[in-house]
Amino acid sequence: MPIPTPFYPRTSVLCESHEWRDWSGYLAASLYEHLHDREYYAIRNAAALIDVSPLFKYEARGPDALRFVNRVITRDLSRCAMGQVMYSPWCDDAGKVIDDGTVARLAEDHFRITAADPNLAWFQDCAFGLDVDVRDVSSHLAALAFQGPSSRQILQRVLSGVDLEKLKYYHLAAAQAGAIPLTVSRTGYTGDLGYELWIAPEYAISVWDMLIEHGTGYGIAPAGMLALDIARIEAGLIMIQIDYISTRHALIPDQKSSPFEVGLGWAVDLDKGNFVGRKALLAEKSSGSKWMLVGVEVDWTSLEAQYARYNLTPRVAGRASRAAVPIYKGSRQVGQMTSHTFSPLLKKYIGLGTVERQYAGIGDRASVEVTVEYTRQKADARLVKTPFYNPPRKRA
Amino acid sequence: MPSEYDAIVIGGGHNGLVTAAYLAKAGKKTLLLERRHILGGASVTEEIYPGFKFTIYSYVVSLFRPEIIRDLDLTRHGLMILPLESTLTPLPDGDYLYRGADHYETYRNIARFSQRDADIYEDYSRMMYFMAKAVKYVLGIVPPDPTSLNPAELNGLLGMARHFLGLERDQFYTLVRLMTMSSADFLSRWFESEPLLGTLSASGIIGTFMGPRSPGTAYVLLHHYMGEIDGVFRAWGFSKGGTGGIAEALASSARALGVEIRTQAPVAQVIVKDGRAVGVALESGEELHARVVVSSLDPNQTFLKLIDPGILPDEISASIRKFVYRGSSGKVNLALDAAPDLACLPGAGAHLRGAISISPSIDYIERAYDDAKYGNLPRHPYIDAIIPSMIDPGMAPPGKHVMSCFVQYAPYHLREGNWDEKREAFGDIVVNTLAEFIPNLKDIILHRQVLTPLDIERNTGLSEGNIFQGELSLSQLFFLRPAPGVAKYKTPVGNYYQCGSAVHPGGGITGAPGKLAAQVILKDW
Repeated sequence: MPIPTPFYPRTSVLCESHEWRDWSGYLAASLYEHLHDREYYAIRNAAALIDVSPLFKYEARGPDALRFVNRVITRDLSRCAMGQVMYSPWCDDAGKVIDDGTVARLAEDHFRITAADPNLAWFQDCAFGLDVDVRDVSSHLAALAFQGPSSRQILQRVLSGVDLEKLKYYHLAAAQAGAIPLTVSRTGYTGDLGYELWIAPEYAISVWDMLIEHGTGYGIAPAGMLALDIARIEAGLIMIQIDYISTRHALIPDQKSSPFEVGLGWAVDLDKGNFVGRKALLAEKSSGSKWMLVGVEVDWTSLEAQYARYNLTPRVAGRASRAAVPIYKGSRQVGQMTSHTFSPLLKKYIGLGTVERQYAGIGDRASVEVTVEYTRQKADARLVKTPFYNPPRKRA
Repeated sequence: MPSEYDAIVIGGGHNGLVTAAYLAKAGKKTLLLERRHILGGASVTEEIYPGFKFTIYSYVVSLFRPEIIRDLDLTRHGLMILPLESTLTPLPDGDYLYRGADHYETYRNIARFSQRDADIYEDYSRMMYFMAKAVKYVLGIVPPDPTSLNPAELNGLLGMARHFLGLERDQFYTLVRLMTMSSADFLSRWFESEPLLGTLSASGIIGTFMGPRSPGTAYVLLHHYMGEIDGVFRAWGFSKGGTGGIAEALASSARALGVEIRTQAPVAQVIVKDGRAVGVALESGEELHARVVVSSLDPNQTFLKLIDPGILPDEISASIRKFVYRGSSGKVNLALDAAPDLACLPGAGAHLRGAISISPSIDYIERAYDDAKYGNLPRHPYIDAIIPSMIDPGMAPPGKHVMSCFVQYAPYHLREGNWDEKREAFGDIVVNTLAEFIPNLKDIILHRQVLTPLDIERNTGLSEGNIFQGELSLSQLFFLRPAPGVAKYKTPVGNYYQCGSAVHPGGGITGAPGKLAAQVILKDW
């Protein structure tokens, strides 16, 4: 059975829906109330507490720590300043994505990597011959995402020893909550203003309580996976095993993707020197990738028309869907929309799609499959740039 | 003289039943003859102690071909394979390794011994899936002989070559390693923690007289992994009613298809006229005639006892005589007054519904093999125990239990004494070994049945008590099983066929040899 995270004594009481999911073997609340709406709007209009402790966390420490991360990760970590965080994929020798996550530079010779899947064996194998100690610290760190426009104001009341106004996007700092030491990073998976707190498990509940106490007047609310899923699609953030399949999980070669194909080409630095997968990525760069990740915006009028044929109005609000649907160019299937949702804020039906490159022009017209009254229909759509929602406060 | 039957199948083990059922399904008037009073061969359930049903010999299924279940409508005839989804390895220091259907629970359990092993475990499982997928093709074909220039054979070889060359490069290399390495060496490429290595390597030695460090055992590992495909992710299952339930379902289906089944009808010999089989003579003296005779027995009986070996070509007779059996396993079946209570995980729980594996390390198993190699009883045997009554409550009276303990090694050839003298000493070793991990065991035993390889041979007719009708080593597989020239279900005697585990793809409750034999027979018809 999935086991509790360090925040479970609080989340379990709040989770009135009793709807949990198994996230890497931990209990993760799908939603706390009957509907996830309030949790979603906490992310976008107040401040939401999201327990992200199930993330896998690794630390690399030693004289060769930089060489190690630069061997594994596709981005150039020599450009990562102390206290900076970089988001990046990492690949196998064939240049196919194994996983994606953040790499934080805690000290000159000390990095912390977050991952969606277990990666210790891979990291240790990649560290062969280097003077670096790579270890799994997943259970040593509780992680709490604190996301939303009010998150900074609340944190300012809770944290000391850090100037949050100066903590830049994708940077971290040591801080204290009362007497409790923790790390605060200006990161998140919502595309909003937000932070993530990295805490020793024994202090997790105390920090949670302090945030609730100081945040109540600001509309603080715990948010579950359903609200997070909508927010991350709006933010154009991909999810492993949903929007791409890790090379370690692929059952056939065609299921594997390069970083270029999952919208992470910007995070591949082919000039930084050798790293795992570089040769293959260099070749793909020159020959061109097969697939591209795009945003898909379904044309509302067309959607309405499909439903109107059955005397219905569009019934798409609610939970995000992870069931992939075909994307067509005329009658030809050119890709699939792997995550899709009605955006409560934008009032649009949006999704992340993987489309054959020659059909993936931004602004191009396409259509997507929609199921209306058990029948498969096509609704017009447009391929767009992500993120769909990108408030200035995200980076402010 | 007109034949009374189209086909006579000798032996009512599961493969004999499968062949008979398929022949009848094709419209052939088929008679199946079984020596014992009960069908199933080594797939039998018997009530040795009143109220307690023992799955006497074989006890789990993973490889039974799903198409046989579909073709023969076995579900309607009572077949039900219940999930057996976990393996518990209790350790001498009181700790344990538990692996079950809950992916991350297994992950955390392995991580207690090695974080690396936990990380890589899923990669290993996926790799074995690829390997099983690659080899599955071979299990479903009549093995072509690579030395033959016959166009049909070459075509078969070409198909196989195409299949294997279609593998991803890494997968091909891994397959070659799997075919050549010992299970210990193969697994050590992945893992480092002893309880995991020990327990996984045990799959590589089941039914063989080889240790985890013997080359070739990695393939056996794969043989036991094959159940993972075909959309069935619970590799191992327990047949409702014990493995006798499989035999009963097959027999019921066979009868419904028109097979005539006679038990207590031991065959003395196959009647051969002008180089062709024309029927059988029973030990009773009765003669029965058929156009085709099929033996599901092992090669020792099929070639050397049921027919006059003198009519075989020398080369084949010699190969058959050199076919290796080397029974290596024994069985202890217990009737229990209450549930076993494990020291490492006291009380009830899911772990009692799975396998309990006494395999704390590779060294532990290898030492058991060392003892057996020289004809001694192992001081500390490898044991794979299950409690069938926890999975299927019908196996024992309410609140009581049966326990099935598969034991290795039990060498057929003892250095000193004989098995009739050593039987109970062997039983004591098994019970004492288990009692180290199950403190209440000795107090709850109501009845104990100890089966040595000699008993297995006497009761089932399996030579030297080899549960696979002959060692599953690479040298005795595919076009070499049971010998070159007789690996395609035929024999040098016309109309005389083989359909048991001694032909491709080998042992285990798969039904595959039986089905492939029926295909070949019907094609020749």
